[in-house]
Amino acid sequence: MTAIATAWHRLTARLAALGTTALIYLALAGVLVLGGAAVAIDGADKGANLFATANLVDMLTRTSLTGFLAIGMTLVILCRSLDLSVGYTAALSSLVAATTMDGRPENIPVAIGAVLLVSGLIGAANGAIVAFLRVNPFIATLGTGLIIKGYLDTEYKGPAGDVPELFQQFGYTRIGFIPVSALVMLALAGAAVWFLRSTRTGHHMYAVGGDAEVARMSGIRTDRVLIAAHVLCAMCAGVAGLLLAARFGTGSAEAYTNLYELDAIAAVVLGGTLLLGGRGGVAGTVAGVAILAVLDTVFNVMQIDPFAKDVLRGAVIIAAVALYARRQLDRTAARPRFAAAEGKSR
Amino acid sequence: MTAPPVLDARGIDKAFLGVPVLSSVDLRIEQGEVHALVGENGAGKSTLMKILAGVHTADAGTIELGGRAVSFTHPLQAQRAGVATVFQEFNLLPELTVAENVHLGREPRRRGRIDRRAMAAATADLLADLGVDDLAPAAKVGSLSVAHQQITEIAKALSQGADLICMDEPTAALADAEVALLYRLVERLREKGVAVLYVSHRLREIFDLCDRITVLKDGRLVQCVDTADITPDDLVTAMVGRRIEAAFPERLPGTETGDVRLKVTGGGNARIDGVDLEVRAGEIVGLAGLQGSGRTEIAEAVFGIRPFTRGTVAVDGDVRRITSPRKAIKAGLALVTEDRKAEGLALNQSVRANARMVLDANAHLRSRRRLDRIPQILSGLDLVSRGDDQEVRYLSGGNQQKVVVAKWLAAEPGVIVLDEPTRGIDVGAKHRLYTQIRALAAEGLAVLLIASELIEVIGLADRIVVLHEGRIAGELPGGATEQEVMAYATGRRSTEDPA
Repeated sequence: MTAIATAWHRLTARLAALGTTALIYLALAGVLVLGGAAVAIDGADKGANLFATANLVDMLTRTSLTGFLAIGMTLVILCRSLDLSVGYTAALSSLVAATTMDGRPENIPVAIGAVLLVSGLIGAANGAIVAFLRVNPFIATLGTGLIIKGYLDTEYKGPAGDVPELFQQFGYTRIGFIPVSALVMLALAGAAVWFLRSTRTGHHMYAVGGDAEVARMSGIRTDRVLIAAHVLCAMCAGVAGLLLAARFGTGSAEAYTNLYELDAIAAVVLGGTLLLGGRGGVAGTVAGVAILAVLDTVFNVMQIDPFAKDVLRGAVIIAAVALYARRQLDRTAARPRFAAAEGKSR
Repeated sequence: MTAPPVLDARGIDKAFLGVPVLSSVDLRIEQGEVHALVGENGAGKSTLMKILAGVHTADAGTIELGGRAVSFTHPLQAQRAGVATVFQEFNLLPELTVAENVHLGREPRRRGRIDRRAMAAATADLLADLGVDDLAPAAKVGSLSVAHQQITEIAKALSQGADLICMDEPTAALADAEVALLYRLVERLREKGVAVLYVSHRLREIFDLCDRITVLKDGRLVQCVDTADITPDDLVTAMVGRRIEAAFPERLPGTETGDVRLKVTGGGNARIDGVDLEVRAGEIVGLAGLQGSGRTEIAEAVFGIRPFTRGTVAVDGDVRRITSPRKAIKAGLALVTEDRKAEGLALNQSVRANARMVLDANAHLRSRRRLDRIPQILSGLDLVSRGDDQEVRYLSGGNQQKVVVAKWLAAEPGVIVLDEPTRGIDVGAKHRLYTQIRALAAEGLAVLLIASELIEVIGLADRIVVLHEGRIAGELPGGATEQEVMAYATGRRSTEDPA
């Protein structure tokens, strides 16, 4: 009995010592194991297996769209901002892509350029409104999102444009069981990790989100950093829009009804990035995205009804964030005031 | 004429909304000099420092740095010109490492990428140069002690190439042992030829450290003297413009030590253990100990912020389970926290709203009679404000503290815990606050007083309970010597030892 207790203590102590990102990957592994077991037990008679190729493909396909949005969202959230307009930006981008391509493969580069330009401009507008007009980012991006929605609703009653076969492959081609879109997403994630770690602008995002005033007093041009984050976030949404266009074969204004932005925010927060900014990173976000994708696939395979599915998802997100909040509390409790005593015990 | 002074400010005027805060002030600091700037709260010290830091711009006057005339409109300009300021609220990011904070905004790069190795090496060099060997460049600032955070600030200032470092109350949050470290650091800066402007209320530090002293009063320059040419008494006189009588008021006549109002038996939680404590009506019990010894933790446990998980607490003889501040208030306790800006006051609300806050939040306390007493309590504390609807953030530190005390007195508590009640308050206001603490005791309140300045605990408390590493190391009568208290506080002596 005591042996179990000591082992448990040792385990929890070891977990506490792990970094947040490591913990999230551990959680992802846990979700995979539990999900695999649930699927196996639930579908024992049918020989169901979560790790069958079809299910793996489903999982990985799910990661790419939310992934693109969540990578960008991580940047703005690190800066203590937020972007609620990414779903609308992605929908608009799918239309820009499909109408520019107009069925002709030679137009693909122009279309990609156009999408990045349009989404980048939306991001610049978001960033400028937040940085210069000092509008709360929640309201500012809700506003730009609504403006885009209004434009989409009046201009596009149905699907528009035509995506050539060649570009549709971005949506469907796989290497083994790994979809190309997921690979592109992972490459973008890698680039974002590098950007945050090795460039001044990326590094300064942590400073701006940690304390904008301290950052400003240290000579950081906080406005530029904030705008850069918003531009990059919106461009990620543009890439998500390209993926939407590739999957649908056409541009779809309806895409915004899926509320992708909320999935993205959930993934970022699940990934351990602080909503208040200044702490976290893209590596965690990728795990957050994966956790959501695994859950969705598990629910799908088990044929859980859609309403129960949303309830479960909601519960998982709240439970995860509540856990982080506990960790957070423990850490703040161990901060400056008590630091002298703490220093000794280390 | 040798090298020009590091700083030569002449005829500085500054007014806020037409109210003059500084008039025609001169300040001259030589290279490698440690220069004290003293004066009561409201004398204009902070304003002068903020002008040097580029936070405010002077209305009139000239500032020369190393012989070159400058004029700052933004803090960055001051930084680039070689003036660094270490404010009381540190300009550090807790989530970043020491090295990252030191180089924030000026990260070294190699081929366009941040060169973390160079950053760590440069920070290690800086720290070694300062004679600091127990601070790792890779440590997260949020996990550091206040003293180490301060070192990080100073290292940051040096890495910016500062010739003049302004320090605002640098020891306000330091324990005695850490103050010694700061002394060494200031000495090191002096050796390196970096000038220091040292703003402090603590006379001892000024006489220990500083070469010259500039005294301000009511926004005017009173005098600038060599430390060797003035006595502490004369300095205080110069600051307040009158002689202050004995530092600590006597116990008021008619104060009777009555029944036990607060009794903690075997109290403990994750940070403190074996706390046995008694405070009687009319008694002031002082809690002494080094930073991190558990002083504040006891206050927070008694008040239910981080409750005791072991032992019992009895208020006026009834055992109470105090697991939240709300329950503590119900039991008749009050806590004046050490951080009045974060925990004691709603800064953007009025004096009236703040003073009513405890009554408003606790229905069982709210009554016409208590609400009507508030103006009387405020005037009893000699609050100086432009009226009850003035926002408290515009009050001086001393007056803010009076509002905090008033809001608790309005609840008519039986036990009041005062955690660092005089932090950041000037000499005159301190003295008045001491008198008021005595008066509270005379009215039959049980007072538990926490102060990191030993002399305060010794001068005010009837009994002194000394803590060491979360436990009670010993108890001494009021008026004990600093040596006696320190013997317990540093663990050199404990009650288990034969006396």
